[in-house]
Amino acid sequence: MSYWMATRSIAVKDLRSEARTREMTNAMLFFALLVLVLFSFSFQPATDEERRLASGILWIAFLFAGVSMLDRSFWRERMNECLEALRLTPTSASALLLGKCLANALFLLLAEAILVPLFLVFFDLSFRGAVSAWLLVLALGTWALVVNGTFFAAMTTNLRSRELLLPLLLLPVSVPALIAVVEATAASLLGEGALRVWIQVLIAFDVIYTTLALLLFETVLEGT
Amino acid sequence: MRAQGVLPRWWFGLVGATGIALILGVLHALWFAPTERTMGTVQRIFYYHVSSAWTAFVAFFINFLACLAYLKTRRPKWDAVAVSAAEVGVIFGTVNLITGPIWAKPVWGIWWTWDARLTSTLVMWLLYVSYLLLRQFAAEHPGQRVWAAAFGIFAFVDVPIVYLSIRLWRTQHPGPVIAGGEQSGIDPRMFLALHVCFAAFLLLFIVLFYWRYRLEQQRAELAELRARLQRLHMDRLA
Repeated sequence: MSYWMATRSIAVKDLRSEARTREMTNAMLFFALLVLVLFSFSFQPATDEERRLASGILWIAFLFAGVSMLDRSFWRERMNECLEALRLTPTSASALLLGKCLANALFLLLAEAILVPLFLVFFDLSFRGAVSAWLLVLALGTWALVVNGTFFAAMTTNLRSRELLLPLLLLPVSVPALIAVVEATAASLLGEGALRVWIQVLIAFDVIYTTLALLLFETVLEGT
Repeated sequence: MRAQGVLPRWWFGLVGATGIALILGVLHALWFAPTERTMGTVQRIFYYHVSSAWTAFVAFFINFLACLAYLKTRRPKWDAVAVSAAEVGVIFGTVNLITGPIWAKPVWGIWWTWDARLTSTLVMWLLYVSYLLLRQFAAEHPGQRVWAAAFGIFAFVDVPIVYLSIRLWRTQHPGPVIAGGEQSGIDPRMFLALHVCFAAFLLLFIVLFYWRYRLEQQRAELAELRARLQRLHMDRLA
């Protein structure tokens, strides 16, 4: 079985099992929605400076959604020693990680597709900049959260305090990506400011951490 | 089994040397170095502030090398080096982050600003606290050491990216700048004071690091002895 086929089957397996159980999407989506609603109670952006702040709220909602979802990614393999079985398949561990990352990125993008319109409605915002460039930011930012988050989820899944530990690991490592997505989102909302440089930062972040995660995943799985 | 756990003689010598160096550092920082013209006496905290930052960087760099060495060789001693360096590094980082605002309030008029250097130092400190938390949460778990080593590499790689992104972020709004002169030429007595303090902190780092490292080794030995005892009991029962 080729590397790509293995990756795809893992991703398809995760998508299928999620489509059947909806174990994580429903709760994650509702949670992120609550974050947006609660924040829109607390403030309504009127000036450009406040619109800039709103982009941070959007990404906080995505971040919470991502963390609560990624936490389940390996947890779902606990029954019947599924993770053991996956490791016994004649394919490299990095294919397992990549497949899971693809599935998780799809889940998160799906949630974001629902959350973004609601965000624009709740906060009375619209994109003054190019939407297509922002979609690239969204994809790159989502991947940045998902690749590190899935990697750390594999470590924390067997620990008692996994739900607490995952954000403790993911948040500090994601600081550069978060700065980049929040700034790029603000630039797109306001239609001014540097967008290109933040896309470059995101690409660099994604390339570096995807490489590291794929290289180290085999090692990390030994411990689980 | 050889009874270990006694710290070597050189270590006690080093403790003495560190004590002398720290006293020299106080004398230099508070007495020999001249008072800075615009900032006054409060500037003297600079000697401790900068020394602790440099020492923390050294510690985190050692942690990174030890993480790589552990993943390569899987020898527990590299893991012990990594955790000792990270713990002591976090202490020096804490000293740095506490002394900074004490100096900033009278000089800048604010305790804190989100400028590149401050923010990246804070994020670096957070990353290594996360590293220590991961170790604590995963204690007793067979994966603890490889996970910690992997996270150590993730954390170290992050530091330059954090610095870069925050510099990009804050270039439009530069924070208050040190009132000239610090980088562009420093009084030779100040230069000496800074380096005496840095040397003293490095010695203190070595003392604390080695102490912590021995503790880690002793813990491992204890765990092994306990496991043996357990096996002995099992054999007797069988």
